Amino acid sequence: MRRTVFPHKLLPWLLLAPQLAITLIFFYWPAAQAFRQSVLREDPFGLSSKFVGLANFRKVLNDPAYLNAMQVTVVFSVLVAFFAMGIALFLAVQVEKIIRGKGLYRTLMIWPYAVAPAIAGMLWLFMFNPSFGTLAWPLRQLGIAWNPLLNGDQAMALVVAAATWKQISYNFLFFVAGLQAIPKSLLEAAAIDGATKRHAFWTIVFPLLTPTTFFLLVVNTVYALFDTFGIIHAVTSGGPGKSTETLVYKVYNDGFVNLIMGDSAAQSVILMVIVIALTAFQFRFIEKRVHYG
Amino acid sequence: MANIQLNDLRKSYAGQEVIHGITMNISNGEFVVIVGPSGCGKSTLLRMVAGLEGISAGTISIGDRVVNDLEPRERDIAMVFQNYALYPHMSVRENMAYGLKIARMPAAEIDARVAKAAAILELEPYLDRKPRALSGGQRQRVAMGRALVREPAAFLLDEPLSNLDAKLRVQMRLQIKDLHQTTGQTMLYVTHDQVEAMTLADRLIVMNKGVADQIATPHEVYMTPASEFVAGFIGSPAMNIFTVQAEAGVAVLPGGQRLPLSGLPASGEVRLGLRPEDMEIVDAGTPSIPVVLRSVEWLGADAFGYGVIEGSDVLMTLRLPGSTVAARGDRLHVAPAEGRMHLFSKETGKRL
Ligand SMILES: Nc1ncnc2c1ncn2[C@@H]1O[C@H](COP(=O)(O)OP(=O)(O)OP(=O)(O)O)[C@@H](O)[C@H]1O
Ligand SMILES: [Mg+2]
Repeated sequence: MRRTVFPHKLLPWLLLAPQLAITLIFFYWPAAQAFRQSVLREDPFGLSSKFVGLANFRKVLNDPAYLNAMQVTVVFSVLVAFFAMGIALFLAVQVEKIIRGKGLYRTLMIWPYAVAPAIAGMLWLFMFNPSFGTLAWPLRQLGIAWNPLLNGDQAMALVVAAATWKQISYNFLFFVAGLQAIPKSLLEAAAIDGATKRHAFWTIVFPLLTPTTFFLLVVNTVYALFDTFGIIHAVTSGGPGKSTETLVYKVYNDGFVNLIMGDSAAQSVILMVIVIALTAFQFRFIEKRVHYG
Repeated sequence: MANIQLNDLRKSYAGQEVIHGITMNISNGEFVVIVGPSGCGKSTLLRMVAGLEGISAGTISIGDRVVNDLEPRERDIAMVFQNYALYPHMSVRENMAYGLKIARMPAAEIDARVAKAAAILELEPYLDRKPRALSGGQRQRVAMGRALVREPAAFLLDEPLSNLDAKLRVQMRLQIKDLHQTTGQTMLYVTHDQVEAMTLADRLIVMNKGVADQIATPHEVYMTPASEFVAGFIGSPAMNIFTVQAEAGVAVLPGGQRLPLSGLPASGEVRLGLRPEDMEIVDAGTPSIPVVLRSVEWLGADAFGYGVIEGSDVLMTLRLPGSTVAARGDRLHVAPAEGRMHLFSKETGKRL
């Protein structure tokens, strides 16, 4: 690889400065604050705080509500990532087959991405609200006792659906681009080699899409963990009970609603460790199976 | 192995016909080359046989079956693509075995066939490499190998050598010729390179804008081209073709000179075709075509003279013996060698 040599020592730092400043202010500074807070305990009025070592961590990790949040997060993230990617891939493959109006379908598919999370949440809430939701009534007609305000599984299904719906556009866009990058002649060669369309998809298209799929896996995991706060907040606020309270939502709840800053900070730190570990795991083990062109 | 029959085969894209009815019978084991300029429909024709393009009208039969409505995989053909279309995530071995695995062939048989093809194509050292780690020539051989292991009824090749450098192209050309002779398989080969076409083909299809102008052996195509297009397309340097006025057995040349020729129509304009090597230098006094040279390329055994017919701006290329002494500005008198001239209709371009 060629190295670029800058004439000055200062210039590279100047060029990096804006990015560094943003990272410092919006990432390292809050992260450092979280670390500091996580080893302190404040009195309820926030007037004084004292050093308590790892007591906050011990408390959080022994809290059944925290373990519940962890379980909720795993279920929620796996479902969202799986459905958001699966449905997006399916749609991308279907759109490839359309001959006329491809562009129109693609544009329509991308729109949900432009909708703010909270609004997306409201949208789904309105559609499925048990008392005035447009789609709640037909569900009840089908014999389903639809009430996500009382039934935790139904509440989970609703937030998963809303979070999935919002992320499909993004995934769709990348899958479409990924599919277009696969030369048509490969599929023609496979057809001549005797492969059915389905066989060619699983043996040619899917393996060649793995770079896209892997990238999306990382992005979707992070999305499900962090960016779905707005949706959960709008649709269920973590309820009923704590059945849709994810780790991020619990950080918010404990810190800003219940004002237990020490616990909340300890949770943030644990969350940070989980995400770093998860991403490292994905790169270390799953990326081995990725084929880069 | 099988013969292939094309019966008034047509192809239209959105109402625009690009293949205008091709009829041909390719016998079992024959090597047929489809040749023509870019855009004449060579690939389209081949892809119709492969089943990658729909057929607008007419029929294709492979063996005794009409295959019009069969999927590519049901046609028992193999194809080599211009860009090779190797599966990038599979090793050379997996690339070659892909079709066999789909056919649920026993593993031992697959290994045997891959080994055999690898031996023929000298690919043994590369079997476990990915295509990305191969040179262009090696990739080309893998593409050949992938077709070969299937032992199909017919082999289709779309400009398989056009991405190779000149030297490799000659090598691979000989190898393909060899392969055809050892396997005796029916081959349909597309190229726009006339050297490939002439050297490989048992028979040529010379295509011109979606029409098969001539279907014949290379010798026949060269010696008696069926149309002015074929005459101009096959042969290098190209045949000299110009309009003459026929007047009772005499051709009035573009420069006004009168040249007695046999076989002319009684009157009217015709196109006269003369290959550069089919003209002899004669004495100035005899009936001849006077050519004023503009440049001479001396190559040793031969020399090419480029000039115009005196009194006109019709270009003439002459292939002269290497011993000829001539230079720019000289006037040479040439006459068509006995029986080596070609006459084409001015209206239809067909041979007269
Ligand atoms: N999908 C398509 N839609 C419309 N026209 C097409 C399509 N594919 C090919 N054509 C037209 O059909 C004609 C024949 O194309 P084809 O690819 O068979 O040419 P070719 O002889 O193989 O040329 P080349 O030597 O450049 O590969 C061309 O005029 C081309 O523009
Ligand atoms: Mg072509």
